Amino acid sequence: MTNTLTMDKPDVRNRLDAMAQGIIGAPLDRPEGPLKVVGTATYASEWQLPDMAYGVFARATVPAGKVASIDREAVLAMPGVLAIHDDPRMLVNPAQGGAGKKPLQDIREIHYFGQTVALVVAETFEQATAAAKALKVEYAAPDDASVFDPESSAATVEHGPDTQRVQTGDLDKAMADAAFSVDVTYTTAGHASAAMEPHASIASWQGDQLTLRGSLQMLNYNVAELADSLAVGQSQVRILSPYVGGGFGSKLGVGEDSVAAAIASRELGRPVRVDMSRQQVFETVMRRSETRQRLRLAARADGVLTGIGHECLVSNLPGEQYAEPVTQATEFLYGGENRMLSVDVARIVRLCAGSVRAPGEAVGMQALESAMDELAEKVGIDPVELRKRNIPAIDPSQGTPYSSNTLAKCLDAGAARFGWDQRQTQTCATREGEWWIGMGVASAARVHKLVEASARVTLASDGTVKVETDMTDIGTGTYAVLGQIAGEMLGTPIEKVSVCLGDSALPAGPGSGGSWGAASSGSAVFLACEQIRQALAKKFQGDEEALSLKDGIARLGEASAMVVDLVAGKPIVGEGTIKPGETSKATRQASYGAFFAEVAVNAYTGETRVRRMTGAFGIGRVLNEKTATSQCYGGMTWSIGSALTEELAFDLRDGHLVNHDLAEYHVPVNLDVPALEVVFVEERDPHASPIQAKGVGELGICGGAGAIANAIYNACGVRVRDFPMTLDKIIGGLPD
Amino acid sequence: MPALVINGTLRSFDCDERTSLLDLLRNHAGLTGTKKGCDHGQCGACTVIVEGRRINSCLSLAVMHDGDEVTTIEGLGTATDLSPLQRAFVSHDAYQCGYCTPGQICSATAMIEEARMGWPSAVTDDVETSPELSDNEIRERMSGNLCRCAAYPNIVAAIRETAA
Amino acid sequence: MKAFTYARAGSTADAVAADAMKIAGGTNLLDLMKLEVEVPRRLVDINRLPLAAIEPAGGGLRIGAVVRNSDLAADIRVRRDYAVLSKALLAGASGQLRNKATTGGNLCQRTRCGYFTDTAMPCNKREPGSGCQAIGGFNRIHAILGASDACIATYPGDMAVAMSALDAVVEIEGTAGSRSVAVRDFHRLPGNTPERDNVLEADDLITAVTLPAPVPGRHAYRKVRDRSSYAFALVSIAAVVEMDAGRIASASLAFGGLAHKPWHDPAIAEILIGKAPSKALFDKAADVLLAGAQGQGANDFKIPLARRTLHAVLAELTGETA
Ligand SMILES: Cc1cc2nc3c(=O)[nH]c(=O)nc-3n(C[C@H](O)[C@H](O)[C@H](O)COP(=O)(O)OP(=O)(O)OC[C@H]3O[C@@H](n4cnc5c(N)ncnc54)[C@H](O)[C@@H]3O)c2cc1C
Ligand code: SF4
Ligand code: FES
Ligand code: FES
Repeated sequence: MTNTLTMDKPDVRNRLDAMAQGIIGAPLDRPEGPLKVVGTATYASEWQLPDMAYGVFARATVPAGKVASIDREAVLAMPGVLAIHDDPRMLVNPAQGGAGKKPLQDIREIHYFGQTVALVVAETFEQATAAAKALKVEYAAPDDASVFDPESSAATVEHGPDTQRVQTGDLDKAMADAAFSVDVTYTTAGHASAAMEPHASIASWQGDQLTLRGSLQMLNYNVAELADSLAVGQSQVRILSPYVGGGFGSKLGVGEDSVAAAIASRELGRPVRVDMSRQQVFETVMRRSETRQRLRLAARADGVLTGIGHECLVSNLPGEQYAEPVTQATEFLYGGENRMLSVDVARIVRLCAGSVRAPGEAVGMQALESAMDELAEKVGIDPVELRKRNIPAIDPSQGTPYSSNTLAKCLDAGAARFGWDQRQTQTCATREGEWWIGMGVASAARVHKLVEASARVTLASDGTVKVETDMTDIGTGTYAVLGQIAGEMLGTPIEKVSVCLGDSALPAGPGSGGSWGAASSGSAVFLACEQIRQALAKKFQGDEEALSLKDGIARLGEASAMVVDLVAGKPIVGEGTIKPGETSKATRQASYGAFFAEVAVNAYTGETRVRRMTGAFGIGRVLNEKTATSQCYGGMTWSIGSALTEELAFDLRDGHLVNHDLAEYHVPVNLDVPALEVVFVEERDPHASPIQAKGVGELGICGGAGAIANAIYNACGVRVRDFPMTLDKIIGGLPD
Repeated sequence: MPALVINGTLRSFDCDERTSLLDLLRNHAGLTGTKKGCDHGQCGACTVIVEGRRINSCLSLAVMHDGDEVTTIEGLGTATDLSPLQRAFVSHDAYQCGYCTPGQICSATAMIEEARMGWPSAVTDDVETSPELSDNEIRERMSGNLCRCAAYPNIVAAIRETAA
Repeated sequence: MKAFTYARAGSTADAVAADAMKIAGGTNLLDLMKLEVEVPRRLVDINRLPLAAIEPAGGGLRIGAVVRNSDLAADIRVRRDYAVLSKALLAGASGQLRNKATTGGNLCQRTRCGYFTDTAMPCNKREPGSGCQAIGGFNRIHAILGASDACIATYPGDMAVAMSALDAVVEIEGTAGSRSVAVRDFHRLPGNTPERDNVLEADDLITAVTLPAPVPGRHAYRKVRDRSSYAFALVSIAAVVEMDAGRIASASLAFGGLAHKPWHDPAIAEILIGKAPSKALFDKAADVLLAGAQGQGANDFKIPLARRTLHAVLAELTGETA
């Protein structure tokens, strides 16, 4: 029987704090670390299967229309070529995160430039690559003209999901009556996840059973998506994804490579490996939409908001439901009775828009936080103070209490650590040689979500513990934190705990997405361990809550015993399932934080360098301080990229992505990233999960670019409202 | 039919002339520790050490390395016998997903030697001098290895500790 | 990548006679072969030719064609007497790439124009007569000087910009014997034949680059780019300036990122020489540089950026920052 908990009420017992092992939260090394540093951790396309063939995609060189003909003969005659596939089941784009069903199929219809049009399979990678490139495809022109520019008047604009609309009070009136107001429009460029491991799959069939080795984030959903795409039963599909070379949203849903590999392998009767090239990953895997955001802030003389407007335009392919949820944190972060939040979607022909790390807040918060800086200047108060004055008592959009809100604490802790009191209030006040120096602040916020998750924990007769779930570790530290939860709960030294992940045959986890992974799968492990603890407590005829487990020794009241003796040769298996419940409706749940940045802007060239950055974060319980810190470093670095360098450049004449590689799409390099400082604010959130933990992976990117924008303004007086803030947008405004 | 000394062992291969050194390692030699992030010299994930120097194995043909000595991540240490730099990467959490990691470690291993030989870098003020390996020197010299997870601060810390 | 035959050259004569494309470091050629922008049928590997020495010659230095960028940047004579060259090399690419990239290959590297590297796009450089899709497209990195209706690409390299400032000379071995061409004349403007980047004929082999005797002065290489490292120049300036009694005694400048070749205009130095440095003087120099400048839309900012960067470099080298 599974120990199931539906989160209908807060769990204020804080059970993990009562445990004795003392490893929860500790900065332990990742258990899989040694494999990663010696190169034996095996990623998707690295399995060596006998008789494996290689598949490479050919790409559409038009943005719309139909495939009229493919010159198969010429390519089939090339050395080593085995097959050309354009099966109607092949995918136009990956499934959206959590879809659990097939995305758009049939690649003979062209939906965007660069879409895959066929898979060419050959004996070797070199042969397949040359053959895919040689494939001549003729296209029939589409009936209608395509629109490639979301700002074009020809673009159809639709309302985004109603759940993203908020309209209360009268914002126009609030703006008119305001002592101070800001009405500004910000734009942000499209982004790519650009995980370092390109998407890849190896498919092999044993009879009717498919094994897919893939690079995927959410196996439970991916099995359903893959089965649905192939029109086979879910029980016929097993996915292995023990190591994932980064995801950031791009591997949430099953992609073109997985379905194509499965189809090709089935037909050829041998394993087929499909590696996407870096350019193909850029061109065919989920972009983050560019955004246009009108921000209206109405404030009283003391800076307290009376109104807040955040009206956005994003884009996606016609028919795609996903709309970048730009206003997600604006809903609840600051007060103001008069509110108008909306997201509209321009229908354009560019590759599909979907989730990229922290969908919504990543771009919404940087604009909101820049606008708040503009307001602080108008009101004439410190920007930290402005934010603190606007933290509402309850969620102003839903009217629900916050489960826990650490924003004020984070602002204070971050300001102290950073030395915010050193900031000059005037712009252009500090110059070092060629460089203007300035400081900026921004709040961080990211919704927290609990997702149904299951796990199995086995306490073996030798006292070792095994944790099993189909959850993935995409660099987030899952191997480490799940082991720590189990070790803490069962009093087992960490060396005796093993964690098995990334196999869809194991109990279904939540997948790695939306920062919910650790809290959700960790809760499942917690519940499974609770069951084992109950079994152990029974052996003493006592209460689980009174049981103390440490280093393999069990104590209950006066009694004590070795855990191995209690197990007595019969392994104890615990199963746990967590489900979201009433607490997620009764309370507003989010992680909060604050960013402080110091930048230098070159007085001649307008180049910006971030000199240091501090982030203070409230993420509920910290499960492993080391891996949580790393997550925050990652997020803060993404803030730097989003602020300064990252931009998908589309050609407005055909919608093709011009900078489809890592030379021209500029992710931050090592030298772009200064010393970063991370401070965790002590927090337990009993509404969030029974382990009192919340999301951490995405918070670091939710607003950080705003702190950098504000620091640029403070340094040199140039307010850039168009991200990324490349030097061309700065030089025009620099003082002489 | 190139023959290369890989991690101390002479091995010859029967492969297409088009095979990059990277694909030779991954697809023919069974050494998948060396990663492919871009295949175009833009990420550094494929960094290996050839004749003592770090290079991008994706932008080199295997046939061009006939007779060369190649050291890959597998040649630097094993899970039970880590090199000092590998150990420092583990203790400093100088990775997240781990995909860029072998390239970072091969690159840093050779980079530390370059610094010992007194090579300047783009952040060296006076190129006539041989600079100390400051954090900024490490950052510049490691900028040919992208890490999208952005473990950069920890990568710098691991290298600083090992090079000291 | 299309199939090709591979051979290793035994001698420079071999390489010239091979009727094959030369491969040195391969860091540009293989990149483009994978994209099928370059589709050679035959490759001749010149890496093991005896062209890897840096030797004194005629008061200057003779740099063999397969000397690696990293070795050249680290050579103590270069660091001492030609610091601008060392700095330019170090500002380019990455440590790994510089370990492979060669002197000859770096000179010959092709443009980074995103339409050139995508075989689905029309491009006069890749396919003469097909058109130039960069015009009217995303042309942030493109030329503001010397472009033509046929092509607006830039030469992307750093090393050659410094070599242009230093007035280095390229030594070439061809079917008709050997010849020398100044670096300043080596690259071409696109005109109606953008398919030709430089003056090399198909069989030509670069054997060396010679640097003239060192000239006195302070050296700077300033590279402005979209991230702090591992990115190509938007604008770069190589400069050697000598001051004497408060006046500019000599100056040599070359510019990267602006044109289809490293840009060198002797009139800029003429304006500067003999004058006391001042912002007004720097502005006059910039006026000369940018007299014919023409933006393409996304790269319009390069015009003010080049001016401002020139100010920065001259301020640094003359000490005139007022
Ligand atoms: C991601 C990335 C970033 C880069 N960043 C920069 C940068 O910032 N700055 C910069 O300057 N460069 C940069 N580069 C380019 C790099 O410097 C060049 O690729 C390199 O210098 C080319 O040298 P190679 O020896 O590898 O040439 P190869 O690739 O071997 O050859 C290039 C061309 O030159 C020809 N060739 C080579 N040698 C000779 C010879 N002796 N005689 C006649 N022809 C010859 C070849 O036939 C070929 O056409 C970058 C490259 C990459 C991939
Ligand atoms: S600018 Fe030159 S290289 Fe680029 S597309 Fe036009 S012709 Fe081709
Ligand atoms: S794979 Fe070689 S540099 Fe990216
Ligand atoms: S650890 Fe994931 S890319 Fe570096």
